Parts: sequence; C-alpha cells; structure tokens
Amino acid sequence: MNGEPQEVLKTTYREAVREAIRDAMRRDERVFLMGEDVGRYGGCFAVSKGLLEEFGPERIRDTPLSESTFVGAGIGAALGGMRPIVEIMTVNFSLLAADQILNTAATYLHMSGGLFNVPLVIRMATGGGKQLAAQHSHSLEGWFAHIPGIKVLTPATLEDARGMLWTALEDPDPVLIFENSTLYNMEGELPVDAGAVDINHARVCRQGNDITIITYGASLFKVLDAADILEKNGICAEVIDLRTLRPLDDATYLSSVAKTHRALIVDEGWRSGSISAEISARIMEGAFYELDCPVERICSAEVPMPYAKHLEQAALPQTETIVTTVKRMVGTNG
Amino acid sequence: MAEVNIKEIINKHLMKVAPEADLEELSPDANIREELDIDSYDFLQFLIAINEEIGIEIPEADYGKLSTIESIVEYLSARINV
Amino acid sequence: MAEFCMPSLGADMRAATLIEWKVKPGDSVKRGDIIAVIEADKGIIEIEIFEEGIVDKILVPSGQNVPVGTVLAIIRSGKETAVKTEGKIVEERATKEREVQVKPGHEGVPSPEITEKEKRIKASPLARKLAAELNIDLSTIQGTGTHGTISSADVEKAAKEKELQEKAPVTEIPKKPKEEEYQTGMRRAIAAAMSRSNRDIPHYYLETRIDMTNALQWLEAENQRRSIKDRLLPAVLLLKAVACAFKDVPELNGYWMDDRLQPKENIHIGFAVSLRQGGLVVPAIHNVDKKSIDELMAAMSDLITRTRAGRLRSSEMTDATVTLTSLGDLGVETVYGVIYPPQVALVGFGRISEMPWAENGMLGIRRILSATLAADHRATDGNRGAQFLGALKRYLQEVSILWQK
Repeated sequence: MNGEPQEVLKTTYREAVREAIRDAMRRDERVFLMGEDVGRYGGCFAVSKGLLEEFGPERIRDTPLSESTFVGAGIGAALGGMRPIVEIMTVNFSLLAADQILNTAATYLHMSGGLFNVPLVIRMATGGGKQLAAQHSHSLEGWFAHIPGIKVLTPATLEDARGMLWTALEDPDPVLIFENSTLYNMEGELPVDAGAVDINHARVCRQGNDITIITYGASLFKVLDAADILEKNGICAEVIDLRTLRPLDDATYLSSVAKTHRALIVDEGWRSGSISAEISARIMEGAFYELDCPVERICSAEVPMPYAKHLEQAALPQTETIVTTVKRMVGTNG
Repeated sequence: MAEVNIKEIINKHLMKVAPEADLEELSPDANIREELDIDSYDFLQFLIAINEEIGIEIPEADYGKLSTIESIVEYLSARINV
Repeated sequence: MAEFCMPSLGADMRAATLIEWKVKPGDSVKRGDIIAVIEADKGIIEIEIFEEGIVDKILVPSGQNVPVGTVLAIIRSGKETAVKTEGKIVEERATKEREVQVKPGHEGVPSPEITEKEKRIKASPLARKLAAELNIDLSTIQGTGTHGTISSADVEKAAKEKELQEKAPVTEIPKKPKEEEYQTGMRRAIAAAMSRSNRDIPHYYLETRIDMTNALQWLEAENQRRSIKDRLLPAVLLLKAVACAFKDVPELNGYWMDDRLQPKENIHIGFAVSLRQGGLVVPAIHNVDKKSIDELMAAMSDLITRTRAGRLRSSEMTDATVTLTSLGDLGVETVYGVIYPPQVALVGFGRISEMPWAENGMLGIRRILSATLAADHRATDGNRGAQFLGALKRYLQEVSILWQK
C-alpha cells in the first residue's frame, strides 16, 4: 500500500461477479454468458440480474436444462473464436457435463496436436450451507482439480470474485470458476478501479509463525475467524488462501510450512481423495523435514450433505473445530 | 642417594598401600607389616613400587630383612651406594 | 527386548544407588560389558550385562537409589531370550525381589510393563533434523507432544540444557556416603548374610595340616628366576590347589537352593579381601581351575587392586561358587569360616609356620599350613569334606602337577 486514499465501493460478492461479467462483456465483444436461467430469471443466484436488459439476448443466453449440450456448445463457440462464459447452476449438475469438460474441453489441445485451444470459462456455484440438500450442496472442485488441461479457480474474496474472470477469459485454455454459494451475499468494499487479478498464486491472508492453515473458498472466512480467536490464545496462525486449486501454488504453502512447521488444511470437500489429501501429500514430499507434527485436515463429513440446518452445519468445517484442532496441534509443545 | 631420600621414597610407597597410616608415629624399628597391617600382596606391591623407582632387584630370600623402616633403608642404601 | 535390572549382588542386598552410566542409548553391548556403576552396601561396583544387543533406553538416571530388580535400562536384542547360566540365580532372585518390592507407581520406579510400541523414539521430522544438527541424542529427551512425541521445542530445550551443562562441567555424581554410613551399610550387609548363614546352615568343620615345604621351595626357585613384579605369592598355589580339589569333589562347589544341592560346573572362587577401612568383600575369581598359575596371579592382583579401589564388577560380586579365606598374613593358625549363603563350603587357610614334623619315623622342621573346610551339612557329609581336604593336600605336595594343570 502506498498510503494513497483509494476510492472504494460498498458491494457484495454477487455484485462483484456481476461486475466482472459486465466488465468482460464491455471489454471484449466475443464474450457472452450462457446457462440455465441466466437471462430472464437473472441467474438462480441472481448473479446475472439486469445483464439481459443491458446486453441483450444474443450475449446473455438462456439454455435448455442440458448441461452436456450447453457446455458442449460453449466449447464449440470457444473453438470458433468466441470467449464464452458458461454458467452451470451448481457443481452437482456439472457432472452432467463432465464428459464435455474432461473428454473434450480439457483434452482438445492435446488431441488436436496443439492446434486448437479452448478458451472457455465455466462458472458454477459450489458448497453447502444454504440448505439446498444433497443434490445442490457439494464441493466437487477438488475433483476437477484432478484433471490436467484445465484451471480450477476458487475465488473467496471480493477482489477475486471481481478480478479472476477477466484473467480466466484471457487464458487460452478452459478455466473453471467455483463460486461458493454462501459467499454471494457477503458484503465488503472494493476499490472503484478493481480489475483483473493474477490466478497463478496463492495468497497469504494473515501472517503467523505457529501454524499454517491452508484453505480456499468459503472456509477462508471460518479460518480467519479461528485465527482471531487463536491470537487471543497466544497462537499466531498463518492463513493461506489457495485461490487456485489447479495448478496448486506449492511454493507459497511449502515456504509457509517451512516457517511454521505445522500445517492444517481446511477443505469443504469430502476428505477421501480430496484436494486436502493432495496438499498434505505435497507437504510430505516437499517439506517433510520441516514438520514438527503430523499434517492435519478438517473436511466435510463424508455423508451426502444433509438438508436440516443443524446437520448441514455439523457436516461442514466450522470455526470451533479449527480452533480446537490448532490448539491441539500447537499445544503439543506445552 | 641420601638416606633421607630413600626414607621419603619408602614412606611414599607405604602410604600407597596403607593410606591411613601415620608414619610420623611409626617407630623406625617397628615391624611395618604388623604395625600397618600389610598383607603379603600389599607387601609385594610395595616392593615392586620401590623396585620400579630406584631399580633395585630384591630377591625373595631377602624379604625377611625388610621388616622395619630402619632395615629397609639400610638394605637399600647398601645396594644403591655400591 | 530385554530388561536390564538392578542386580542383587548378594542375598542381602536390597537397593543400590546408580552412580554412573557407562553406556548411552544406541550403544552396542555384549555379554560381560560394564554398563553402569552402582553403589551398594558393599561399595562401588561395576555392573556387567549378560545380554548382547543395543541399549535402547535408560530408565533410571544416575544418582537415584532403587530397589533390587528395578528395570534400569532396556536392551534391544536380536535374540529375545536372555541366555544366562551362572547369572540365572541372581536373575531369579532379582525377579522375586522385584515382585515383592517394586510397587507399581512407586516414585522413581518405572513401570516394568513397557510395550514394544513405546520403545520406538517418536520424534517429529523437524525434531529429528534439529537433533542431528545440534548433536542431541533423541533418546535422552522426554517428549512433551501427543503420546510423548518429541517436538522441535523439546530438542531445543535439551540443546539449551546441554549447553548449560557443558559450560559448567560439574557432573553431579552423588557424593560418596560418609565413611561412617558406608561402614554401617557394609556391616549391615555382612551381618545379614552371616546371621542367615548361622541360622540356616548346619556347618561342619574339618581341619588338616599340610606340609608346604616342597611347594614353597618350588615357588622360591620359581621366584628366583623372576623379576620382582612377576613373582608369585603362595596364595596363588593355594587358589589353584583348591580349585583342583573342588574339581575332584564337585559337591562342595555349588549352591544350596530350593532345598537341594545345586553343584556348579564352573569354579568361581570367592576370594576374601579385607578392606583397610574395615569390612570384607569377597569378589570371585572366575574359572580358577582353567587358569594357569601366572594367569591366576594376574587375576588376583587385578582383583585385589580393584577391590581396594572400589571398582568391582557385578559378576564378581555374585558369581562365587565357593569361598576362600586366608588369614595367615595376620598370624592366625586356623580359620573356622562362616559359609556365605547360598554357597555350601568355605576353605580357610591359616599361616604357614615352621614346625617340628614327624614323617616316616623321621623328625624334621617343615613349613606347615593349617587348612580347614567349613561345609554345609545339608549338602554334604564329612566324608566328602575329608575327600576334599585329602585332594587339596595331594595337590599342594605335588606342585609340579598343579603347575601343569
């Protein structure tokens, strides 16, 4: 910070995403948005509200309820020189387009011998906490992070919600953006001139020496709350927002672990075979001799996400669990 | 070697086998083995130490001549000054 | 894994203070190695180990007084069974005493139930790296983490302590007890053993006189050829002759235990060494029958020196199968000994003095030794005792035979 007063704007995550789409549409006429109910309805999370009026039905396109079809159409459009933004309602429905994403979008450059890039951006809502039950609430971004050939972004902050889209559109290859549905209503301030951000690096959100807590998406705020509580207990946690799950920015969290010697990963996905498992493995590979206690993970309970509010909350990683886990890990030194 | 020196050497090695002994109080003609409770093993150690320090071989047959400090001094000086 | 316990160095030893460890975790040890020094009533004793393996963990720090049978260290071993022959009785006894004496949770006494799992050192990777850099032995650190895991902070703490220790190199070896206390302890130990002997052992005594003239002449001739430091003492001949005689009458060399005689194959003669400050220690010279005269002289010199310096080894304190006491230097004619339990015999020698001696109708002046046997009547009868003295006499009169043996 250079100390210059910045003009800021009160906004929400939803508005930040909308502003990002609007900005991209204005900057590049090849950009268009399509998906279920994005037009007249304004998007099922109201992200695209008003855009139809502003940009017209050519660029804000409602699609049939067929993820495979409209994702495939998005791939075709990208190959044809457009810069499509495809919105999938929730990550659970993205499985209907899994074939298009994995077998087509992610492999096309390879299968065409390097001739055809697929500059496609797919946005979707992810995560639980809104009582949308077991078919709308899972966190499968870790699955997609398994796939070579695509990028997986998980904007947690307003800056990233505002800035990641343009950078993703500039990327010559498919980029998936996972917006945690509980964040849409998050309020905050953004500089009036907020714009594109880097998508290749994790970010240290909070400095600390006692433990590195690695997280992404909506869990970031639970972790930051936990860090506040821990600070009052004399434990100084370093918090890392991964921002991008593929490719992982190993250097940032490994150097942090080398400093704090402890690592906790908070991941809203299921534990088994999760992105947290991948990160844990990479810490073992890259920073084993820096570790002063085992790497631990806090993930969602391995159940279909419950509908009942208290059960849903119980299934998700929570601030209190993070606090007690960190206390145990750090407290082992007495 | 003066008799004084020989006596010092004897005392030194006696103190090794009988560290608690008060040699000042010991009469020169007292039987040291009886007075200082020196058994045959300690006596042998004592003679070995004397031998190592001043290089005089003492035949076993002469052990009987070495019962008092006085006699030891006499025995050793006679052989050193030859 | 084997437990290395505070040995019982005599039937009446109850506890001892660990003075010094001669090994540290990670060290390889083999049978007979001295691994610790303890102070018991009998004095400072070097403790040997009977296992082969690697010191895994040291459980009792130096300076601590612990009952017999307390596990002092854990020895990791390829062979799981601790093979002991001579030490077995001691072990059994120690086990028994442990059962009686070591209450679980007793302060300073580690629980004997140490599972395989607990023996592996748990340390974080960082702690291991740090320990290697700082040259800290992880096995010396008590981890403060979950399940006692050693963390980097534990290593750093240990490093700091080590630095402090090195700055002030005052090793805290507990002070030797005052002479008075030491004497009290020693007397108490002797009192206990001798009371037990007098109470439990029905002694019988046999005495004989042995013409030592030929033996001593032989010895004098031998010594004439030798430089002073290689000379032999008559005691060596006596030792050797006693060992040979016990070989002929093996019933006298052994223990009375569990209401029966248990003869011992090896002849380890407990050699009574009086201490100048008072008291008596009877360390063993091992396998006397198998040693040459020169080896015996060396062994005896070494043993007397170390006894008087208070540097005996545990096996020497426990292994004796029979005792020899010689009081001739003090002018004693005849020795009537008290057997040291659980042994079954004690051989006593008085002084060798010139006497008128009649033999084959001739009278001469001969150098005569009085030899006695005190024996346990539960184990043997006078007949066996007489056979022993007869054999002893024969060997001492035919030194050339003894010399060959």
